[in-house]
Amino acid sequence: MTTVTFEGGSQSGVRHFLGRALPYIVLVLSISPIVLGYAWLIIATFSYRTEGLFPIDAAGNIGGWTLGNWSFLTDPAIWRVTLNSFVLAVGMVIGVGFISSMAAYSLSRMNFAGRKGFLSLTLLLHAFPSVTLLIAIFFVLNFLSKIPAIGAWFGYNTLGGVALVMIALDLPLGIWLMKGFFDNLSWDMERAALIDGASRFRVWWEIIIPLVKPGLAALAIFNFLSGWSAFLIPFTFTVGTRVANLPVYMRQMISDTAPTNWNMIAAVGMFQLIPVLIFFIFTQEMLLSVYAGGSKGGT
Amino acid sequence: MKVELENLTKRWGNVVGADSMDLDIKDGEFVAFLGPSGCGKTTTLLMVAGIYKPTDGFIRFDGQVVNHMAPKDRNIGMVFQSYALYPHMNVFQNISYPLKLKKVPKDEMQKRAQRVADMMGIGHLMDRKPAQLSGGQQQRVALGRALVKEPQLLLFDEPLSNLDARLRLSMRSEIKRLQMELGITSIYVTHDQVEAMTMADRVAVMKDGRLQAYSPPDELYDRPRTLFIAGFVGNPPMNFLEVEVVRENGDYHARREGFDVVVPPERGEKAAGKGKVILGTRPEDVTISDEGTPAEVFIVEPLGRDDLINIHIGEASIHVLADPVLGLKMGQNVRLDFNTRKVQFFDQATEKSLVWA
Repeated sequence: MTTVTFEGGSQSGVRHFLGRALPYIVLVLSISPIVLGYAWLIIATFSYRTEGLFPIDAAGNIGGWTLGNWSFLTDPAIWRVTLNSFVLAVGMVIGVGFISSMAAYSLSRMNFAGRKGFLSLTLLLHAFPSVTLLIAIFFVLNFLSKIPAIGAWFGYNTLGGVALVMIALDLPLGIWLMKGFFDNLSWDMERAALIDGASRFRVWWEIIIPLVKPGLAALAIFNFLSGWSAFLIPFTFTVGTRVANLPVYMRQMISDTAPTNWNMIAAVGMFQLIPVLIFFIFTQEMLLSVYAGGSKGGT
Repeated sequence: MKVELENLTKRWGNVVGADSMDLDIKDGEFVAFLGPSGCGKTTTLLMVAGIYKPTDGFIRFDGQVVNHMAPKDRNIGMVFQSYALYPHMNVFQNISYPLKLKKVPKDEMQKRAQRVADMMGIGHLMDRKPAQLSGGQQQRVALGRALVKEPQLLLFDEPLSNLDARLRLSMRSEIKRLQMELGITSIYVTHDQVEAMTMADRVAVMKDGRLQAYSPPDELYDRPRTLFIAGFVGNPPMNFLEVEVVRENGDYHARREGFDVVVPPERGEKAAGKGKVILGTRPEDVTISDEGTPAEVFIVEPLGRDDLINIHIGEASIHVLADPVLGLKMGQNVRLDFNTRKVQFFDQATEKSLVWA
């Protein structure tokens, strides 16, 4: 079949060219909405107003570049909010990573009463949309607030409370993901370590965890991103900027009474994007390998 | 260390892994667990290691019941078929891991690991990762890791199965020599009867979770107590013919259609008058000669030193080892001479030996 394209005249040469170009055309067309969106975002952050993709000054002419949209960086609240976003993201990485790797290990390796039921329940919980739980969680957090000591850290309108809820909602996925990685490891290595004289906990920490590093890394990346851009839970369970994170801060800039400065919101959005981009540059190789072929750690 | 298994049983629901095993291993003895895959030999080994908890029965080390002792307290070393090296540690870390867990001081750890590595011939590879080693080197590291803590019991789980044929041969003798020099009681699980026969002081043949026989290799070979052992031990395997043994003029004849040989009276009398019995004879005990039982050559498989010949006697088919010089051809008519001094008889129903009852 391919020999025809090489031997044929100019007509089949065109077809050959089209045949090779077509996949690119389709791909470019299908990603262009996203690319245009980001292009607008970048242009908008540096201009007074935009008309389509063109920056426009007060008189309506093309031009009018400005750095004014970035003035929010001088607002002390933004740094507080950024720190909150960061704490939430890191809290999720640590919380979900630690709990799900331990839970998944025992679910993968040990036999105990209710193991099967627990596994199917976890999967079921993962299927529930978290929106449906908002009101119930509000009551739980409200109740926690009344407990001395714990309430101050994990109650309603605290970063700890938000982190707790988000960790809980992300655990089912984390447990299943990690269980998949543990299931792929050979039992022999673990048996060897037990015979060598390690306790169960040391086997987990010194032998098993190093081998599921790609899985842990993937989980950490997902959780960092979901914690960093979390909106619904922080928006629902926090008030004001003291415990708000970046997405919530952005929402607070949209006022019902005053005209909204969309270009500044674009700038905040851009600001939120920068750490993610940096993060992605450092982790993309690992992410891609996890997507492409799962863990290579075991063998 | 002396090891005793008493009525040792492992069940998972209805699945029986090992069924009432009774076995004793003397101090310094090398015992092979031999059997086809799924016969329960690895299950038994893992119970001895403490990885599986027995459902029933006892495991004793030097007379002390260790059923509930954790693997780390048993002072055993184990070598796995998959090597089970820790891929994220280098050779030194792998070998010294048992010492690290025992909190052996650093410099002593270094010395002992190096000594074991040198003994295994991998002393120069200490900073390599397992993935950078060949299969044979990985196996040596695994062996070194098992030996470094100077265990009282060594367990081998098909350690040579993943190696190529030539390496398997040299590792086989190396393990044997090492075991003899160190004098560590050893259990060696294998499905390869040659490995079991060549290495072990005693061989425990298992089938379907049950112990079939437990004796030195020669005895297993010359005096098989069941049809299964007779067929499993020996390569090429023993030939079986359904015959009837009758006494005529003072001689015992084993007969079937187209087959009539005189067997020694001390073996023949045990099979006589029992109706149809199974006669067993090894390929090396049958020779092609000028007279004897007429037969037809069916397939010739050259093995180098010998030809393995599939021969038809009437409707029966047996294997014979023949000298390649004879140049046997397919379809050729020959005559067979049976060395009946080593002939075996088995009961058809119970599959037990009639000779070694």
